[in-house]
Amino acid sequence: MNIILNTHTGYVDVMNSKQDITLPSGITIDKILEVYEKMLMVRTLDERVWAMNRQGKVPIAASCQGHEAAQLGTLLAAEQGPECFFFTYYRDLALKFGVGLDETQIMLSYLGKEGDPYSNGRQFPLQGSDLPRNIIQLSNVVAAGMTQAVGHALASKIQNKSTVTMSFFGDGASSQGECHEAMNFAGIHKLPIIFICENNHYAISVPQKLQMAISEVSERAPGYGLEALSIDGSDLLQVYETMQKAIDLAKTFNPVLVEMNVERIMPHTSDDDHTRYRDLSEIDELTSRDPLKKLESLILENNLSSDIQIKKIKEACIERINTATTLAEAAPEPDTKTLMNNLFVE
Amino acid sequence: MAELSVIESIRTTLWEEMKRDPSVIVLGEDIGQRGGVFLATQGFLEEFGATRVIDTPLAEASIMGVALGASFNGLRPIPEVQFSDFIWPGLNQIIGEASKTSYGSNGQLNAPMVIRIPYGGGIRGGLYHSQNVESYFFHTPGLKICAPSTPYDAKGLLKSAIRDNNPVIFLEHKKTYRLVRGEVPDQDYSIPIGKADIKRSGQDITVISYGLMLHYCLEAAKLLEDKKVDSEIIDLMSLRPLDIPTIVESVKKTGKLIIVHEDNITGGVGAEIAAMVSDLAFDYLDGPIKRICGPDIPTMPFAKSLEDAYLPNTQSIYDGILELSQY
Ligand SMILES: Cc1ncc(C[n+]2csc(CCOP(=O)(O)OP(=O)(O)O)c2C)c(N)n1
Ligand SMILES: [Mg+2]
Repeated sequence: MNIILNTHTGYVDVMNSKQDITLPSGITIDKILEVYEKMLMVRTLDERVWAMNRQGKVPIAASCQGHEAAQLGTLLAAEQGPECFFFTYYRDLALKFGVGLDETQIMLSYLGKEGDPYSNGRQFPLQGSDLPRNIIQLSNVVAAGMTQAVGHALASKIQNKSTVTMSFFGDGASSQGECHEAMNFAGIHKLPIIFICENNHYAISVPQKLQMAISEVSERAPGYGLEALSIDGSDLLQVYETMQKAIDLAKTFNPVLVEMNVERIMPHTSDDDHTRYRDLSEIDELTSRDPLKKLESLILENNLSSDIQIKKIKEACIERINTATTLAEAAPEPDTKTLMNNLFVE
Repeated sequence: MAELSVIESIRTTLWEEMKRDPSVIVLGEDIGQRGGVFLATQGFLEEFGATRVIDTPLAEASIMGVALGASFNGLRPIPEVQFSDFIWPGLNQIIGEASKTSYGSNGQLNAPMVIRIPYGGGIRGGLYHSQNVESYFFHTPGLKICAPSTPYDAKGLLKSAIRDNNPVIFLEHKKTYRLVRGEVPDQDYSIPIGKADIKRSGQDITVISYGLMLHYCLEAAKLLEDKKVDSEIIDLMSLRPLDIPTIVESVKKTGKLIIVHEDNITGGVGAEIAAMVSDLAFDYLDGPIKRICGPDIPTMPFAKSLEDAYLPNTQSIYDGILELSQY
C-alpha cells in the first residue's frame, strides 16, 4: 500500500497497489483512465445542458446518459484503424466529444451560437456535419442516415479506400423502411459498414415490444446477409472487444450489425417526461446499468485509480465545463447576414 | 454533328461524362443488363462494369439515399428513377436530405448528384406513368432543376448538371424521348443551369413553357403568324434557378404573358412566374397573366379521350395566345 500526501488537496491519498487485471489487447490502464475522464466529461456536459435547458438557455437536449460506453468503446476500437467514418444520431454526445470536439464547441452548439462546428446554429445541437472529425452527417429524420451511410461505404469500396463506415441508430429507427433498405443493400454489395443499434428499448415512449415482435434487433441480420453481434453496451470493455471484431469483419467486406443493449437513463429529450410511461421502479433500476458507474467500479475495484484521484478528475471536469459555459454564453449569435448563405456550394 | 433523339442525346452525354470522369456512376432499377427501361444506359454495363453501373434493388429510398451518401464520399452518382411516378418513396432523401446538405452543414458537405427523372404524359401512361412531379422540387430550396425540351439542350444541361457540385433534378419528358430529334454537336459543350432560352423571338406576346409543351407552343406560334400574332417563346430549360431577368425583359417588351405547362395549374411553376412578373413588371402588363396548364386532378387518365382532355395542346395554346393578344 502506498500512502501519498497530496500537496494540492492536503488529503492523504490511500492507494492500493494496482491489481493484476486482464485487459483486452490494445488496452492499457492509462487508456481506461483516459476514457473514464472522457466519459465523465460527457456526463457532466450532459447534466449541464439539461440544467441549462431548465434555466431556459438551451432550447433542446437529447441526453446520452446510459449510452456513453457504447459510443466511447466504439471509438476506442476505431482508434486502432482503419480510418472510420461516422453517421451518428442525436443521442451521440459521447461519440461527438470522443472524436475530439471540445467542450466549448459543444456548448456553442447547444446554445445555437456563432462557432457551432456542426451547422453554425442552423440545426439542433450537434446536428449537421463535423467533417474534420469524420462525422459525415446527421439527419434528424430517423433512419435517413442509414442509406446514406451505405452509399458512403459503397463509394469507399468503389474507390478502393480502406475505410469503415459506421451507422448509428436506435431501436425505434430499426422499424423504418430505410433501415431495411440500407441493410439489404449493404448485404448485397458486401460493404465495409457497421450498423450500430443503440438499443435502449424505447422510442420516446413506445417500448420495444410494440416496435417489433423479436427480442433482439440483431436477429434480423441473417436476413440481410449481415454478421450479427449482440452485447451489453454499458460495458466499455465488452464494447471495445466486440467493435474490434466488427471492424475486422467490416474492413474485409463483411458488413455487420452490432446491437448494443443500453438504458436510456433520462427522458427522451428535455421536452419529455418519462414518468408518464415508465414505472418509477424501472427508472430507479436504470442506474444499475449506468456505464459510468460500471467503469468507475472497474477502476476502483481493481485499484486503477483512487477515490481521491477520481474526485479530482470530477472537479477538473466541472471546472472545464464552467469555463466552456461562460465562453459560449458570451459568444455572439450567428450574424443574421448569414441567413441565406451556403444554400449551394460553388 | 449528328441528328439525335432526346434519349440518344442523353445516352451519349452520360457515356461521354462517364468516360471523362471516373467518379461518375449510374444506379437504378434495370439500368445494367437491360440498359434502363428507356435504354438511357444501353451498353454501359459492358463498357464501365458493374461497379459503376449498378442495378439496384427495387427500393427508391435507398437508390436516393445510397446515391446521396456516395456523393459525400468522392463520387458523382446519377441515380435514375424508372418513372417519375415512383419517386415518392425516395422523396425524403431528395427533399428532406439532399436539398439541405450544404445549408444544414453550413457549407461543409455537398451533394454532387444528378437525379434523372423520366416524367410527363401524353403516352397513355395513366395515373401512374404520366405524372408531372416538378412542383414538389420547385418548392424546395437547395435543389437545382433542369427540364430540357430538345436533344441539344439535354446534352448541354446534363453536362452542367453532372459537373455541378449540388444536387440537380434532371427532368426528361418521356414523350420527347423519341419524338423530338435535332442536331447535337459531337464536341463537348455545356449550357449553364438557370438560363432560359428564347426559342422564338417575337414582339406581341410572351409564352413561357418547358419540356414537351414547349414544342406545342412553337407550333401554335407558327400557326398564329397567319393571324399576324408575333409570339415570343421562352423555353425555361431550368426551373430552378428560374431565369427571372429573361422573363421580365421579355414581358417588358411584349406586355403580355402566358405560361403553359402540363403540370397541374395550382401551385405550379406558372403560378410563381405570374406572381413574380406582377411584382417586377406590373407597369408593363397590358393584360392579365394567363396560364394554360393541366387541371387539378391527380394527372392525366388512361383513356384516350380523358388524356387528351387533360393535356394542353397546340389548339388550346393557339386559342389562348390569340385571345390574350386581342385583349
Ligand atoms: C422519421 C421520423 N419520425 C419521427 C421522429 C420523431 N422522433 C424523434 S426520436 C424518436 C424515437 C426514436 O427512437 P429510437 O430510434 O429508439 O432512438 P432513441 O431516441 O431511443 O435513442 C421519434 C419518434 C423523427 N425524428 N423522425
Ligand atoms: Mg430507443
